[in-house]
Amino acid sequence: MTATETMNKVAPPPSDEDVITINKANKWYGNFHVLKDVDLTVRKGERIVICGPSGSGKSTLIRCLNRLEAYQTGEITVDGILLGDDVKNIEAVRREVCMVFQHFNLFPHMTVLENLTLAPIWVRKTPKKEAIELAMHYLQRVRIAEQAHKFPGQLSGGQQQRVAIARSLCMQPKIMLFDEPTSALDPEMVKEVLDVMVELAKEGMTMLCVTHEMGFAKEVADRVVFMDAGEIVEMGEPHDFFDNPKSDRTKLFLSQILSH
Amino acid sequence: MANSLKLPPGPVGTVGQRSVTWVRKNLFNSWFNSLLTLLSIAFVLWIVPPIIEWAFVNSTLTPSIDACRAVTGACWGFINANLRLILFGVYPYDEQWRPLLAMIVLFGVIIASLAGVKYPRMQKLIIPMWVVGIPVIAILMWGGMLGLTYVQNSSWGGLPLTLILSTIGIVFAFPLGLLLALGRQSNMPAIKTLSVVYIEVIRGVPLITVLFMASVMFPLFLPDGVSIDKLLRAQIGIILFTAAYLAEVFRGGLQAVPRGQFEAGDSLGLSYWQSMRLIILPQALRLVIPPTVNSFISMLKDTTLVVIIGLFDLLGAVKLALRSDPAWTRYYVEGYVFAAAIFFLICYSMGRYSAYLEKELRKGERR
Repeated sequence: MTATETMNKVAPPPSDEDVITINKANKWYGNFHVLKDVDLTVRKGERIVICGPSGSGKSTLIRCLNRLEAYQTGEITVDGILLGDDVKNIEAVRREVCMVFQHFNLFPHMTVLENLTLAPIWVRKTPKKEAIELAMHYLQRVRIAEQAHKFPGQLSGGQQQRVAIARSLCMQPKIMLFDEPTSALDPEMVKEVLDVMVELAKEGMTMLCVTHEMGFAKEVADRVVFMDAGEIVEMGEPHDFFDNPKSDRTKLFLSQILSH
Repeated sequence: MANSLKLPPGPVGTVGQRSVTWVRKNLFNSWFNSLLTLLSIAFVLWIVPPIIEWAFVNSTLTPSIDACRAVTGACWGFINANLRLILFGVYPYDEQWRPLLAMIVLFGVIIASLAGVKYPRMQKLIIPMWVVGIPVIAILMWGGMLGLTYVQNSSWGGLPLTLILSTIGIVFAFPLGLLLALGRQSNMPAIKTLSVVYIEVIRGVPLITVLFMASVMFPLFLPDGVSIDKLLRAQIGIILFTAAYLAEVFRGGLQAVPRGQFEAGDSLGLSYWQSMRLIILPQALRLVIPPTVNSFISMLKDTTLVVIIGLFDLLGAVKLALRSDPAWTRYYVEGYVFAAAIFFLICYSMGRYSAYLEKELRKGERR
C-alpha cells in the first residue's frame, strides 16, 4: 500500500468487541488522588484521544494500562486479562500492549535495528533472521529503513520517535498506547510522526493517545476523552466534543488550546 | 555534524619557526606562566639528575655485597641476587617454574578476556577460558597430581600470590557486588535490608580488620577439627570487602540510567533479568568504568595487607629478601622501588585499559 492510498483511506469502524475495560479505577500518590473512579471501555480497533490540562491524570491512566503504574482500587481488564499484582498477567498484557513515550526511550547503546529486534527475539522468541526481516519491514513503513545501522543518538527527534513506533510495532501488539508522542519534538518534526500515527490509525490499530494535537484528534479519533483533576469530565465523538462541549471545564480547556 | 566543520588552517613556516610559536603560546604567554615554566624547569633540573645518577650511573647490577658497597648509587645487585625469592617467595626453589607457568597462563586468560571488547568472537570463549584456566593454575600451584609434588599454599608467595589474590578477587567480587547493588534497589524488603546491612557493615570496617577476623577469629567459631585454609580465608575476606565497595559503585551507575529505559524494557514485555542484562547493565556499567577500575586498583594494592596474617605477597617477599641476609638489609630502598615499579606497571596498565575501554565502547553512539 502506498502512502497516498493510506492517506485517502477512511478508517474502518471499530468492532463491538471490548479490549479494555476500566471499572472504577482509583489511584493515589500518597494523599494525592490522581485517578478518581475512572470508567472507560475501549472497543477493538477504536482510536481514542485523551486530552486535558497537565496533572489531570491522563498519562497516569494510560500508564496503568500496561502496569507501568499500579492502581489501588477498581478493576482494569486488558485483552481479557485482569491487570493486578499477578506478574504472569502483567507480562501477558505487556506482550500485547506497547507504549510510545514522550522521550522515545530508545536504547542508546544499540543500533536502530537492534532496538527493534530486541523484544521480538527475547520476548516472542522469534528467530533472529525473521526478527530482522520484521524490523526492516516496519522501518520501511515509518520511512526510515536507511537508518537501520545508526545509533539513536545520531537521529533527529522525529526520526527517533518513528523508530520508537516501529519498535513497538515489531511486537505486533493488539493495542498501542501513545504518551504525548509529539510534545518533546521540534515543531517541524511533529508532522512526520503524526503522519505515521494517522496511517496506523487508518489500518485499524487500537490506539489510546494522550496528545494535544487536536488536528490529529479530529482526523482519526473515534472518541475524545477529556480529563481534569483525575476524572473523566467528558467524552464524545470528535465533532460533538469540539463543536458542542458540554461542561465548562472542557470549554475553558478547548478555548485555551485552540486559541493560539 | 563533524564533517561539515572547517578544519583550522594548517601550520605555516618551518619546523623551527613553529616550535618557537608553540613555546611562546604555551609556555610564555603571560608573566605568571613564564614564571611557572621557569620554576618547573628549575625543579626538574634539581630533582631528575640525582635520580638518574643514583638509579643508572652510579649503580651496579652485580649480585654481590662487595660490588654494592663499592658504588654510591643503587644496588640493583640486591634484586639480581634475590630475584627468585622476591618473585616467588618461599615456593620450593626447584619447582618455581610452576608459579611462573601459572602466571603466564593467568596473563594469557586475562589478556584474551580483555581483548573480547575488540574481537566479539572472543567473547564466547571468555567463560570457558576461565573455567579451564583456574583449575590449570590451581594444579600448577598446588600440584599433588600429574607427577607434580604437592606444595602447601602457605609456601606460595611473591608476584603469583598477589596476582592470584587480586584476579580471583575481581572475578568473584564483580558479580557479588552486582547482586548487592541490585539487592539494595530491590522492592523485596528482606533482600534490600540484607544488602544494605552487608554493604554498610563491611564498608564500615577496615580491610585489615576483615583479614584479622578471617584468620584469627573465624576459626574460633568453627567446630574442632574443621579448618578452612588460611589463604582461602584471606581470599574470601578480600572478595567480601571489595564487593561492598563495588556494590555502591554499581548502584551509582544504575541510578544514572534514566527511568525511561526501565519503562521501555517493561513496556516491551521484557522480564526483570532480561531488562537488566540487555538494557540497564550495559549502560550502567559503562558509566562506572572509571570508579570500578579504581576499586580494582585499590584492591590490588590492598592485597599487600595479607602480610599481617603471615602470607608473603610481592611486598612481603621483598621484606623476606631483605631479612634473608643482614648484609642486604640496608638496601631496602632498592627493594621497595622494585616492588613499587611492578605495582605501578600493573596498576597503570589497568588504568590505560580502562581509558581504552571507555573510548572503544563510546564509538558510534551519542555523537
